[in-house]
Amino acid sequence: MKERELIDIIAREVMAVLYGEERQEEPLPDISSGEYKAGIKLAQAENPLALDAMRKKTPARIGIGKAGPRLNTKTLLALRADHASAKDAVLKSVDESILKKLGLFSVQSLCQDIDEHLTRPDLGRQLSEETKERLLERCVHGPQVQIYVSDGLSSLAVDENISDILPVMLDGLKAKGIKTGTPFFVKYGRVPTMDVISETLDAEVTCVLLGERPGLAAAGSMSAYIAYGAEVGMPESRRTVISNIHTKGIQPVEAGAYGAEVITKILEAKASGVDLKL
Amino acid sequence: MRLKTMIGGKTYAFDSVKQVLAKANEKKSGDELAGLAAENDSERIAAKEVLSDLLVSDLRSSPAVDYEKDDVTRMDQDSVEPAVYDKIKNWSLGELREWLLDYNASEADIKYLSKGLTAEVIAGVTKLMSNLDLIYGASKIRIETTCNTTLGKRGTFSTRLQPNHTVDDVDGITASVYEGLSYGVGDALIGLNPVNDTVSSVKEVLKRFDEIKNQLEIPTQQCVLAHITTQMEAVKEGAPTDLFFQSIAGSQKGNEAFGFTTETIEEAVDLLEQKGTAKGPNRMYFETGQGSELSSMAHYDTDQVTMEARCYAYAKKFQPFIVNTVVGFIGPEYLYDSTQVIRAGLEDHFMGKLTGLPMGCDCCYTNHMAAGQNDIENLTMLLAAAGCNYIIGVPASDDVMLNYQTNAFHDAAAVREVLGLRPIREFEAWLEKRGILERGKLTERAGDLTMFTGR
Repeated sequence: MKERELIDIIAREVMAVLYGEERQEEPLPDISSGEYKAGIKLAQAENPLALDAMRKKTPARIGIGKAGPRLNTKTLLALRADHASAKDAVLKSVDESILKKLGLFSVQSLCQDIDEHLTRPDLGRQLSEETKERLLERCVHGPQVQIYVSDGLSSLAVDENISDILPVMLDGLKAKGIKTGTPFFVKYGRVPTMDVISETLDAEVTCVLLGERPGLAAAGSMSAYIAYGAEVGMPESRRTVISNIHTKGIQPVEAGAYGAEVITKILEAKASGVDLKL
Repeated sequence: MRLKTMIGGKTYAFDSVKQVLAKANEKKSGDELAGLAAENDSERIAAKEVLSDLLVSDLRSSPAVDYEKDDVTRMDQDSVEPAVYDKIKNWSLGELREWLLDYNASEADIKYLSKGLTAEVIAGVTKLMSNLDLIYGASKIRIETTCNTTLGKRGTFSTRLQPNHTVDDVDGITASVYEGLSYGVGDALIGLNPVNDTVSSVKEVLKRFDEIKNQLEIPTQQCVLAHITTQMEAVKEGAPTDLFFQSIAGSQKGNEAFGFTTETIEEAVDLLEQKGTAKGPNRMYFETGQGSELSSMAHYDTDQVTMEARCYAYAKKFQPFIVNTVVGFIGPEYLYDSTQVIRAGLEDHFMGKLTGLPMGCDCCYTNHMAAGQNDIENLTMLLAAAGCNYIIGVPASDDVMLNYQTNAFHDAAAVREVLGLRPIREFEAWLEKRGILERGKLTERAGDLTMFTGR
């Protein structure tokens, strides 16, 4: 019996040395994940069932407890992590390798750097004469649909969604026999940049896939702004928008297919925005 | 009128009162975007010096927008009491600043003097104030208003409970209301920013708020911050609301861009007197924020502080229950960083109070600004010290619908405790009865939203 115990102990020790580290290596909790946030929960609710039911009814951070009058540590850190992601999404540049893989060349608005982009939306709406010439050199003229990509206020949105949404959208239009233009990328772009692009390339319909201002829930949210006969100075109400495109919202592949449908309807109706009844 | 000055051997000359006002502003990205800001700090200080020597009458006679073409200007100019104005029209702005800060200027004196001030004068004196001047000056003035309850008494610090939801799910909204109440938030208002600006959705939410308020016997107010015309329709169809909300601008053109006219507001006030659920007399809720006029090209080449002061002149006419600036909502092209947001929050609060408004603040920021939660907590403490009527509260500072951050439900209790402030008396009594607050501190039970599930 004694020997048997000894053998067991030795066996356990040997196993621990051989496999211990591997076995102890549990996956790290991701503090920006839904699971981590689900674990931040009031310990002793008067009605625990109601607590769970109410937390399911809203994405707001409720039933989270407190430290004195203040937030508990996990809540504070989860908030800071989400804010950090959101800020990084604004300040980072789009991953060049993704653009390269999709064969997108890059041009830039009149903004020189990220600070100017954030503070001068008037410059973000404009292209230099050289940039317009470059577009004319490299792109198909007078396409039925000109699709292009822009960072807007979230480069992360481009990184996370564009490889899924853009090919699906282009293929969807091609399958319907619609002639699309040459896609490209605009750095430091704003929504109305599409108007000058539409005029430059003489596109019937223009669609920009653009990163939206990040919230804490989704740093990489993208929108598709689409307009028929877009022109500089036109009212915002002439744009059709598909928003909330991200992995926790409308899936980018779905959005690509839906976008192709919407563009087809816009071409048929020769109208977009409030002028178009979808 | 002297429009030039000298600093370090260099002469700085200005074209107009409007230009002096713009260039005298503390640095704001929105004024730079508009092409109105001072070129550098020296020019800024030169403009402040010139401004300090201009007379109250110089500013009154240079409204940002012409009297003939703008009803905000007309309402502001026409509300000036001649007897008061005559006493101060020859004061310089520098003298006005010192008078406001003087120990001899009592709260009653300041409120009397306020009747002789136009928005441009209030904006002007604000530009001569340091941040602590703005806090000290505002702290002298208390503006009390009454809807169902009375807000703004000295020693109180109130909160609007903002239970926003991504798709306006009424049960989800209710859960956030319970969460806020369990932290002692909501004595100013339970007020939702809706996703759906439709009459049916607004009615449904108001009905739920009314049930909660009545069943739990909460001494507070309720409203849904849809467009004013949507709220009016909902009330005509029998929806219970205590307040009507509207975002306002400092020019008629700006208000038209928001989709309403002065007649709309007048009609709304009449409608609430007849069909509203509140006792009154104060039944309006306005929100403002520096930069909104420029965003609709309705700023008439005027700086954003002056346009903001004009919002307050407009608001005053309708004797609102609450007014707040949504200070950091509009983004870095108007307020770039924490320095600018904190400054703007203090300016707006001071200007609102000097105008005679029950001023609160949505101490907030977006994720593309160079500001964070620490900065907003700083601003909250400064405003509470200045006597701000109320702040906003959302779950854990994260507004899941508006995609910005403001104060957490957890903030007000801490601020009150540090500065010796209280919620309004009736609401505090209600919190004590519910076992949420004891001797000014949150209880162990506080924060448990399920305490209300039995209603």
